[in-house]
Amino acid sequence: MRIPLSALIGLSITSVYFFCAIFASWVAPYGMAETVGDVWEPSRLGFLLGTAPEGTVDAQYWLGTDQIGRDLLTRIIYGGQTTILIATTATILSFTTGSILGFFAAVSGGWVDQALSRFVDLVMSIPSLILALVILSAIDVTVVTLIVLMGLLDSTRVFRLARAVAVDISVMEFVEAARLRGEKIAWIIFREILPNALSPLIAEMGLRFIFMVLFISTLSFLGIGVQPPMADWGGIVKENKDGINFGISAALYPAVAIATLAISVNLVADWVLNRTTSLKGGRS
Amino acid sequence: MHPILKLVAQRLSLGILLLFAASALLFGLTEILPGDAAQAQLGQSATPENLANLREEMGLNRPALTRYAEWIGGILTGDMGNALSNKLPIGEQIGKRLGATMFLAFWAALISVPVAILLGLVAVRYLNRWPDKVISGSTLAAISLPEFMIAYILIFVFAVKLGWAPSFANVPPDMRLLEKLHSISLPIAVLTMVVLAHMMRMTRAAILSVMQSAYIETAELKGLSSFEVIRRHAFPNAVAPIVNVVMINLAYLVVGVVVVETVFAYPGMGQYLVDAVVKRDVPVVLTSGIIFSAVYIILNMIADIVSILSNPRLRHPK
Amino acid sequence: MSSPLLSVRGLKIGATVCPPDAKPHDIKIVHGVDFDVEAGKVLGLIGESGAGKSTIGLATMAYGRGGVKITGGTIFMNGRDVLQSDWRDVRNLRGAEVTYVSQSAAASFNPAKRIMEQVIEAAVSQSKFSKSDAQARAVELFRKLDLPEPETIGDRFPHQVSGGQLQRCMTALALCPEPDLVIFDEPTTALDVTTQIDVLKAIKEAIRDTGVAALYITHDLAVVAQVSDHIMVLRQGEMIEYGTTDQIINAPVDEYTKALVSVRSIDHKEKPPSGEPLLRVQNITARYRGTKFDVLKDINVDLHAGQTLAVVGESGSGKSTLARVITGLLPAREGVVNFNGRELPPELANRSQDDLRELQMIYQMADTAMNPRQTVGTIIGRPLEFYFGLKGAEKQKRIKELLDEIEMGDGFIDRYPAELSGGQKQRVCIARALAAKPKLIICDEVTSALDPLVADGILKLLLDLQKVEDVAYLFITHDIATVRAIADSIAVMYQGEVARYGGKTEVLSPPFDDYTDLLLSSVPEMKLGWLEDVIANRKMQSGGN
Repeated sequence: MRIPLSALIGLSITSVYFFCAIFASWVAPYGMAETVGDVWEPSRLGFLLGTAPEGTVDAQYWLGTDQIGRDLLTRIIYGGQTTILIATTATILSFTTGSILGFFAAVSGGWVDQALSRFVDLVMSIPSLILALVILSAIDVTVVTLIVLMGLLDSTRVFRLARAVAVDISVMEFVEAARLRGEKIAWIIFREILPNALSPLIAEMGLRFIFMVLFISTLSFLGIGVQPPMADWGGIVKENKDGINFGISAALYPAVAIATLAISVNLVADWVLNRTTSLKGGRS
Repeated sequence: MHPILKLVAQRLSLGILLLFAASALLFGLTEILPGDAAQAQLGQSATPENLANLREEMGLNRPALTRYAEWIGGILTGDMGNALSNKLPIGEQIGKRLGATMFLAFWAALISVPVAILLGLVAVRYLNRWPDKVISGSTLAAISLPEFMIAYILIFVFAVKLGWAPSFANVPPDMRLLEKLHSISLPIAVLTMVVLAHMMRMTRAAILSVMQSAYIETAELKGLSSFEVIRRHAFPNAVAPIVNVVMINLAYLVVGVVVVETVFAYPGMGQYLVDAVVKRDVPVVLTSGIIFSAVYIILNMIADIVSILSNPRLRHPK
Repeated sequence: MSSPLLSVRGLKIGATVCPPDAKPHDIKIVHGVDFDVEAGKVLGLIGESGAGKSTIGLATMAYGRGGVKITGGTIFMNGRDVLQSDWRDVRNLRGAEVTYVSQSAAASFNPAKRIMEQVIEAAVSQSKFSKSDAQARAVELFRKLDLPEPETIGDRFPHQVSGGQLQRCMTALALCPEPDLVIFDEPTTALDVTTQIDVLKAIKEAIRDTGVAALYITHDLAVVAQVSDHIMVLRQGEMIEYGTTDQIINAPVDEYTKALVSVRSIDHKEKPPSGEPLLRVQNITARYRGTKFDVLKDINVDLHAGQTLAVVGESGSGKSTLARVITGLLPAREGVVNFNGRELPPELANRSQDDLRELQMIYQMADTAMNPRQTVGTIIGRPLEFYFGLKGAEKQKRIKELLDEIEMGDGFIDRYPAELSGGQKQRVCIARALAAKPKLIICDEVTSALDPLVADGILKLLLDLQKVEDVAYLFITHDIATVRAIADSIAVMYQGEVARYGGKTEVLSPPFDDYTDLLLSSVPEMKLGWLEDVIANRKMQSGGN
């Protein structure tokens, strides 16, 4: 199997992020809430790149410090842990719920399918950010409620995809042949449909994960996601955003982290998707 | 009745049904979730008496159905009640802010729609060559960036470093148009970039599917120039999908406004909604939520109706 | 001697393919062919799919689909080298000197524009005719092509006319600019056989009356024999044989051409029925869920063990629906199906394992009939373990036996369907059906998607297997030649009813009912002048009435 360069880059960056997220407490140079220096100390990176303000000789912290003097690199590593944890769990929740219900609807057909599909249509007729805002105004915001909320909202999209893929496959003649043979429903779902539905679903999983990262970051940035003292990438942007107006780029670093993670996962998902279509091509 | 009118009427009634269903869903969600507006307002530390008093005052003890009917009736007649936090009438606030948001969205659409279509055309014209790859690559990047990141990068460069545009946007009514546009230039730029990527990807796909049809080959084999092929055969068939793409992206843009307004402290609907969520002002959240949803539902409905109207099979039945 | 209208020498065509997982690479499609088309003459280009026929046709218009490129040779049209012309000359050539009729008129017409506008477009934009002259000419062509309401049919949109009519409109489109050469690319392949003959007749008469030259591309030698003066046989991008139509049909030299000419000439003697029928279809009436229209009306047919019943009909005749009723996918509204001496429950869910096992099915598209994620071994092995509980070495042994029976080696066990050719895929499907040791196999258009020689191989295999396994076939097809090759008894279906039913010889001998007569007389025969004979016969009959 040949992995294209872009997918390889995507895979390695994604792995680095996940590694840092899992082993945050070993990787991070300081404690998450530890104040180590002055407010918004310049970054060593900026110094090395020559973008630091004039007069600075050297800087101690790779990314500088935040609005109350904590090491920004440490904050971003711990923030990444929160963001990636929430996004991953919500993606898993969204996928299990969405694909189980989607396959169920496709295979049962009839009123079960109708009822589920129409309800999903209704939920999807409201923009998910708006729906999330309305719900978040009425409940206590905790990591668990955020995960459940995001996972369930997003499962509507997975439902549509899973159902569409399963319906496409279940009208194929090899599924009909299995029915005529007298196979049980479990064989049809797990041996005939699932192996053919897996690649598009896995590619979609990457895209849903990115969406989750952007979504939780946006919510935290708006101040209604992860609540202090916990930190996540969106929240760090919010904490440091006032610095922007003084020319301090602290708020941009977590944003760069979000973007690079999203792009890397996208590259991997693109590759998986292409592999899927090429397999389909071989089938026709 | 002409079958196409029947289809349009069906889609219209579905849209209206969806509007009511969506409002019921939003209202119902705030009802069934633990806690209510009074609880949300007073927080966890509220005493039972305080809660009871506030509930009585807000009329929360009456049946949910009655309150839903009143709420919907209020929205339809323009009397939307008062906000919990500052007691100001919601209708008045929304009147002002909706205008400001529409102003922002209008200019963002005015710039992004033609640019997206143009880039889509360029990408198809140079399919799989460098212009297409550059455009596709940058849209991939743009899709991967959160709106607030684009906003802060632009602020950092254009407002702070270069000083070309303000980092806070405001458009008081007495401002001249050019001044207003200068004031909102960065928010427009952010919205344009956010929506451009999606719109351009979808336009590219829409034009591509038309250009790969057999009737385009027929036109080419008639010896028509590429301009005539596009004008006479590709364009008439591509208009509907493109309008569809534009409508869907306008709907997307309306939601993008929420974040952008917060970043630029722009006094529009988005900021109003986010503020209300932070203050747990459920009536304001519900009412602005349903307005956002309505715009979204209506734009999607228009997109569907355009596809119905432009389908020659439906327009000229057998 | 004047130079020919079209002269092609050493034409080489290649293409760049970009598989998603590998680097783009070049492949060769046409390896250098030479041919001429004289003014007013018709050259037939024949070959199976992938032979490069369409590619050559389009190349004469300096056109390549997708990544197709002309890599060598010359094409002279009206004395001008097409490949050396600048784009202006090429545009003047297309739509004025050379025009094109595609296989699918339905896709080739712009759905958003009226027919007339599209028919006259080339003539007007190339300034060959004024708009009103072009319109008058189009109406005249519509009339010549036997289109209904020639005066007004041009005002309709493409979807408002039938498939056969649209194909004739496409011919009008090609003839309207008074070209010197028309390229017909499988113009009748997508049509039913009774429609095909009308379009064929219209094309032939239009060619004769306008004196235009034509390049007629098809995979059907019997069709091309009716319209062309010369025939060129292509295989895998190379010319196999070239000659007059008479020589190719009556005295082919090359082995491949001989095989093409003698295709469908399998000799199968009808076996007389004996004993109780294996399958009795009695008074079956059926409709699809949610519709109010019976697609099957009071169907009665029998099939005896070890014999073949061919169910013939055109699209929409209900022949595939009958298969769905027998298999239990579509429970009948009325009537019963008796199988092996017992009544079959109408619903699939209520049938016993033996009912299911003894009644197997093979499909038209072998591609979609096999799970692309399963190996040949799994596909053939599953019925063995499902019905007979075979496992391990025993199962492997039986799989190998089955692969032997379908004339494929056991090297195929670990292959995936995507790695097989069309004929091999269909063979694997046959093996899967045989694995169940069935008494009856329903074959739904199993050879329609295959090239003629491959299809012949499949038919021969099915006949051989019938002798060995004593299995009965319910053979659904639209192709009379296939019926002749394989059937013992025949049911002709028309609009959901059995129009004619009986032993093969009886059904295929006069006196005929009207529909069977029309159907049988519409099937192109591999002989010169067949089309004229049929047309003359039909004229005589309608004149006699």
